[in-house]
Amino acid sequence: MSITRPKHIDQPTVLYMDGVSVSFDGFKALNSLSMFIEPGEMRAIIGPNGAGKTTMMDVITGKTRPDSGTILFNNTHDLTSFDEAQVANMGVGRKFQKPSVIESLTVFENLEMSLKGGRSIWQALTHKLTGEKIDKIDEILSMIDLKDRLNTDAGSLSHGQKQWLEIGMLLGQEPELLLIDEPAAGMTDEETMKTAELFKELSKKHSLMVVEHDMDFIEALDCKVTVLNEGSVLAEGSLSTVKNNQKVIDVYLGR
Amino acid sequence: MTMNKEITTAQEIKGGPLTRMLLNDAAGRKLLIILALMSVLIPLSNVLLPEGSFFHVSTYTMTLLGKYLCYALLAVSVDLIWGYCGILSLGHGAFFTLGGYAMGMYLMRQIGDRGVYSNPELPDFMVFLNWTELPWYWLGFDQFWFAMVMVIAAPGILAFVFGALAFRSRVTGVYFSIITQALTYALLLAFFRNDMGFGGNNGLTDFKDILGFDLQADSTRATLFFASGLALILGYLISRFIVTSKLGRVLVAIRDSESRARFMGYRVESYKLFVFVVSAMMAGVAGALYVPQVGIINPGEFAPINSIEMIIWVAVGGRGTLYGAVIGAVLVNYAKTYFTGAFAELWLFMLGGLFVLSTLYLPKGVVGLWAQLKEKYSSSGGSGPDENSSSDDSAVIEEGRT
Repeated sequence: MSITRPKHIDQPTVLYMDGVSVSFDGFKALNSLSMFIEPGEMRAIIGPNGAGKTTMMDVITGKTRPDSGTILFNNTHDLTSFDEAQVANMGVGRKFQKPSVIESLTVFENLEMSLKGGRSIWQALTHKLTGEKIDKIDEILSMIDLKDRLNTDAGSLSHGQKQWLEIGMLLGQEPELLLIDEPAAGMTDEETMKTAELFKELSKKHSLMVVEHDMDFIEALDCKVTVLNEGSVLAEGSLSTVKNNQKVIDVYLGR
Repeated sequence: MTMNKEITTAQEIKGGPLTRMLLNDAAGRKLLIILALMSVLIPLSNVLLPEGSFFHVSTYTMTLLGKYLCYALLAVSVDLIWGYCGILSLGHGAFFTLGGYAMGMYLMRQIGDRGVYSNPELPDFMVFLNWTELPWYWLGFDQFWFAMVMVIAAPGILAFVFGALAFRSRVTGVYFSIITQALTYALLLAFFRNDMGFGGNNGLTDFKDILGFDLQADSTRATLFFASGLALILGYLISRFIVTSKLGRVLVAIRDSESRARFMGYRVESYKLFVFVVSAMMAGVAGALYVPQVGIINPGEFAPINSIEMIIWVAVGGRGTLYGAVIGAVLVNYAKTYFTGAFAELWLFMLGGLFVLSTLYLPKGVVGLWAQLKEKYSSSGGSGPDENSSSDDSAVIEEGRT
């Protein structure tokens, strides 16, 4: 597949969005949104409700088709022409705001299913659990601190544990880019800080885009922040720069 | 490395395909043993024992039980898509009936020149309509093997085309249920028409023999009963193989959280299509075994209410367990046989009531009730059964696995 490379890309990006617009019944959810994320970068996204944060994740992951604009993954793949499963298999993992794990399967089964590869029907029918896969699950389990809940139904985990399991499932997919929607929502302070630590650890190997409202959490992430408002970028920079930006104070922080 | 040890236990739970299919399914195993014994002993007692003997099973009873076995296979096929993948098809009767028609067409051709009009080629109803030659879609049905291929292929192809269109457009939930209901109703109307070439509202009947054996003979009836039992056992094992594989867990993932399955990278529509086609083929086999035992197939089998009844069998038995579907199909149909004899006009009200009651009070069906009672009376603490915090049908799945 050949696509015209936008001429102003002069550096490698894991995610590149240019002039992305989406409207629903006349309401512009995204209004010519442009931003990019460098490989290995962690980026926090903040903004008032209705700023387009979730819609942005929808267009990146193939759930919603944008009306116009370009979304490039690794500078080459135009994500707007693929569906959810294809985008996921290319290496973009997504975590929802509400924890979404498979409640009637065990923690182990949830992770096993998330492991990269084997997505075809035939492979799923003939799937065997190899030692390599067990090691991988083992590794993820210790990262998300659910070692002793291995055979528990995901449905009976606590809210925070479900969030972690879902993050663990993303890791199983071995994505290059992780899109994470409000991970700290409903977590205790302790869990929130633990999650921030986990993300910092993850950012050594993956690129992350984290949507969050919790300012303490953003502060703990200690990364570049993008403020969205009315479907486009209002401000970008370190948390302290953004916090002192008058426009940001007016539309978001000041309220 | 204590961790690895623990995971190995999890691995042991899964084991190889055979272990997965049988060892972890205590209730299903019992059911399979009962079925296997029934499939062998009932035909033997019918054929070998004298009629007066206490253990003799009459041909009437055997044929009735054979019908139940076909319904049970049909129920397993419904449970496979509804219980595990959450696809509520209200048109599964269409696949059952198509399989039945494929068998019926073979049986019609077997009549040969013994029909009322003694036409060696054309079935009676075609002669009656002044047709001079067989329509092209009847060709090949004089061959048993061809008819058997069509028993599986006709429902399979319909399910494939219909499913591909519906799942690709992401038609789900109640919308899917409604269009499947429309599908079976459309087929009902089409098959009612004489010029469709399937015998119109009379359907296909007056069968004489199958593979050269007289259909009225006890030995043929016994063999058909055995075949039905065998088909049910095989259908159960195939379904069990599917639901215990990773594919089965993907199906559960689709049922519980379709978007998570998509964002994990699974092609949800392909998985749904696969299981829908397998289920339709199984329903077709059930229909094919049903027809020679009841001796007739007509468009009435396409009636929407039949497809709804199947859902009730599975709901009453216990969704998402496979063996629950078998138990539900037999229980409800036994009740139907009894009550339509005793108070015919009340049966539909009772069926409706049964559905309401089982939805309200038995979300896990009779097998769930059984498990609950067992737990209640075996726990010495007497604190009553633990309410499971997870969703209702998930617990049923657990049941089947542990």
